[in-house]
Amino acid sequence: MTTTIPLELSKKDFVSDQTVRWCPGCGDYAILAQMQKILPEIGVAKEDIVFISGIGCSSRFPYYMNTYGMHSIHGRAPTIASGLAVANPDLSIWVVTGDGDGLSIGGNHLIHAIRRNVNVNILLFNNRIYGLTKGQYSPTSRQGTRTKSSPMGSIEQPLNPLTLALAAEATFVARTMDVDTKHLGEVLKAAAEHKGTSFIEIYQNCVIFNPNEWAGIDDRKTRSDHVVYLEHGKPLVFGKNNDKGIRLNGFKPEVVELGGKFTEADLIVHDESSQELAFILAHMEHPIYPPPMGVIRNVTKQDYSAGLMEQVEAAQKQKGVGDLATLYSAGETWTV
Amino acid sequence: MSDPTTQIVELESVVIRFAGDSGDGMQLTGTQFTNTSAVFGNDISTFPDYPAEIRAPAGTLAGVSGFQVNLSEHDILTPGDSPYVLIAMNPAALKASLPDLQRGGIIIVNTDAFTPANLKKADYDTNPLEDGSLAGYEVHEVPLTTLTRETLKDMETLTTKDKDRCQNFFALGMTFWIFDRELSVSESWLDQKFAKKPELAEANKKALETGYYFGETTEVFRRRFSIRPAALKKGTYRKITGNEALALGLVTGAKKMGKPLFYGSYPITPASDILHNLAPLRNFDVRTFQAEDEIAAMGSVIGAAFGGALAVTGTSGPGVALKGEAMGLAMMLELPMVIINVQRGGPSTGLPTKVEQSDLLQMLYGRNGESPIPVLAPQSPTDAFDIAYEACRLAVHAMTPVAILSDGYLANSSEPWLIPNPDEIADIPVNHPAEREEEDAPFFPYLRNEESLARPWAIPGTRGLEHRVGGLSKAPITGNVSYEPKHHSQMVRERAEKVARLANVIPELKVDGPGEGDLLVVSWGGTFGAVHTAVRRAQAAGFEVSHAHFRYLNPFPKNTEAVLRNFKRILIPELNMGQLAFVLRGTFALDTIITYSKMHGRPFKISELYDKLEELLG
Repeated sequence: MTTTIPLELSKKDFVSDQTVRWCPGCGDYAILAQMQKILPEIGVAKEDIVFISGIGCSSRFPYYMNTYGMHSIHGRAPTIASGLAVANPDLSIWVVTGDGDGLSIGGNHLIHAIRRNVNVNILLFNNRIYGLTKGQYSPTSRQGTRTKSSPMGSIEQPLNPLTLALAAEATFVARTMDVDTKHLGEVLKAAAEHKGTSFIEIYQNCVIFNPNEWAGIDDRKTRSDHVVYLEHGKPLVFGKNNDKGIRLNGFKPEVVELGGKFTEADLIVHDESSQELAFILAHMEHPIYPPPMGVIRNVTKQDYSAGLMEQVEAAQKQKGVGDLATLYSAGETWTV
Repeated sequence: MSDPTTQIVELESVVIRFAGDSGDGMQLTGTQFTNTSAVFGNDISTFPDYPAEIRAPAGTLAGVSGFQVNLSEHDILTPGDSPYVLIAMNPAALKASLPDLQRGGIIIVNTDAFTPANLKKADYDTNPLEDGSLAGYEVHEVPLTTLTRETLKDMETLTTKDKDRCQNFFALGMTFWIFDRELSVSESWLDQKFAKKPELAEANKKALETGYYFGETTEVFRRRFSIRPAALKKGTYRKITGNEALALGLVTGAKKMGKPLFYGSYPITPASDILHNLAPLRNFDVRTFQAEDEIAAMGSVIGAAFGGALAVTGTSGPGVALKGEAMGLAMMLELPMVIINVQRGGPSTGLPTKVEQSDLLQMLYGRNGESPIPVLAPQSPTDAFDIAYEACRLAVHAMTPVAILSDGYLANSSEPWLIPNPDEIADIPVNHPAEREEEDAPFFPYLRNEESLARPWAIPGTRGLEHRVGGLSKAPITGNVSYEPKHHSQMVRERAEKVARLANVIPELKVDGPGEGDLLVVSWGGTFGAVHTAVRRAQAAGFEVSHAHFRYLNPFPKNTEAVLRNFKRILIPELNMGQLAFVLRGTFALDTIITYSKMHGRPFKISELYDKLEELLG
């Protein structure tokens, strides 16, 4: 094999020749732009990057990336990505999915890809609505959400994507937001670096069918008062003037004002390795709590393909590289 | 060693059935008997018949597990219609097998199991050993449980339960004596099997040996039988089932392509043994993936094919139903892969452990849209090896998923396999397009090969070939998403034409018997053995009848229409309501087809097919 000289890549190398067809103002544009921006920085050759999606608005993503890509069928992207990761463990594989694709029709595949720790990065664009089918409630829609299919309000308990991923023993779980572009880029880079399944929930705005879903937390000016940014080893401080924090009161997190009765020393210190803390953080929901943004959990475990290839190598070492004649004659034979 | 007073009768062939509770070890006993006979040199054909329940209530009819073997001194193609010898471990086994037994056949029963409770469980009002209902059979009553316990009474470390589990080897030993067979093959198998539990090896060997000498010393059996070795083609043989042969064929295909074999599958009867056979072959770079469901298995195979592996999935009809949407995507993406359907009785959950051929239409048409997929079907357990390799070849040749229709009978039945020399099996050429630099001409993922219409197999990791594929309708050449009416129409036609052109690279349909005449019998898949034998018998009886067997169901061999039109009548026996008949009628506008259906969850008997031929020709 010839040695390939890595190309100096820039954002435009990742822009495909296809016209982007999302609605004007859709949050997907920002995610696409950040992705194209960070990929030249992750140290992976363009030909080693693959985007796999299912069905839904978010799933058009691969068409707009000038990498290898597949726009597959509803909910099944994690299965395709798993097969691809096993066939070629050296690829950087990204699954782009939504709350309907990933949590409804494809919920089963999502948890199994995560539990196997397949080396893929799963981006779940959560807008809490079905967009491509024109506005039905989704598995993450809040109770009471009024849509065409729930005119009197949804009566279903929504799923929390983060707790689901954690329950499936995800080794990397993070959350970010379409409009928070710098943070989005950082989280994508952290996911790219993680070996094993990286699960990222991206709060994403559907301007047509659910435009006010993230009201209160998506405004750039007031956001810092309404979300808490996580940093490993740092206390959970938030607010425009860093004047608020989260402490534990028994098993319950509690928002406290700093400077009076409480100081930073009373606050939870973020630990990306703690499964217990990860569950507490993942359950902090707006508006009672500032939802956490950033890497909630990041631990290292062997990824699926690495485990499989280890077995291949071990078997070849032990038994030698497979020989057909020996295989055919295994067991009882007789000669006529 | 044999008793000089016992008469030895030479038989050309004999059919034996071992039947008992599903926990009695009948599959193992039958397999042991078969292995010894195969090593002895007989042609063999076996048919295990077991319930879907792992341990159905003991002693009931639902729990009967049977293993039938046909041994012969000449070439045989089926496990035989009717057993001549039945070894019945309990009343239920006797009751379930008796209707199949040849009149005058030999029955060996374990009398210890003929208790009032067991008789009741088998729905016997009176004891068949006492009420005269077995008159006309040669019945041997043997208290197997008592004899086995007596044999092992000195082995104090074993529990009574352990000892009772040796009674199948006592029965096996007796059967070896009756058929003049040596014990050595089974003895060495036991040594290997129980290498870590030598006392169990010892106990079973003791039961086996005592069973053998019981036959010799008690003079219970007046006759012994001998079946001479068959004149098989020279070479080294092993016994192989259809599922084993598929696994070996796939490994061979991968090796001949220079590719890792990816096998993504969800456990389902009767296909799981393919997975079990492949999973230990990691040293062949076999990458098995036990998916979370059937859909995931199919998805994983698409991903692996996109990534450049030889990708295969195996399932049964219910699994194919779930895979349908993803199979459509695979067809649309035009990626090479193999999809195996080991058919079982349907519809729905149906008869999980029984045979049927009722998924032909599902495999051909069971997807939304125009979704042509080539379909192949092995005709015997050994042919499954060739078909698996052939499926790999065609998949790569045309860049398409290829389906294999095996069935529950082929899957578990075994026959001798003349072990091929792997060096004589041709390589399967794979041409991945080369890397490109920016100044090179652009890469077109749907630019087709003029002859085969295959598109290039460009795999991730290849510089300059970055491209997107998907399930949306697409433009020719570029593969870009397109809803243009003429693009859609052209692509639908190209995909169909691509599959149709495979007819140029597959063998023509052969006719056994005259090439034209009154009656042609047409079969496909696993019914080959029974149909072929019935036709040969009819030919030998002076009837003018021919036989053509399909291993390729899509596309059909090029000469299909010509062959079919040469006959006034076409009889198509199928284990379904006439699915191939339906397709042939529709494809070639034939009004000469007679269907012959059977949906019993069991293979055709040669005799019933022969009777049908006699009815049509007599």
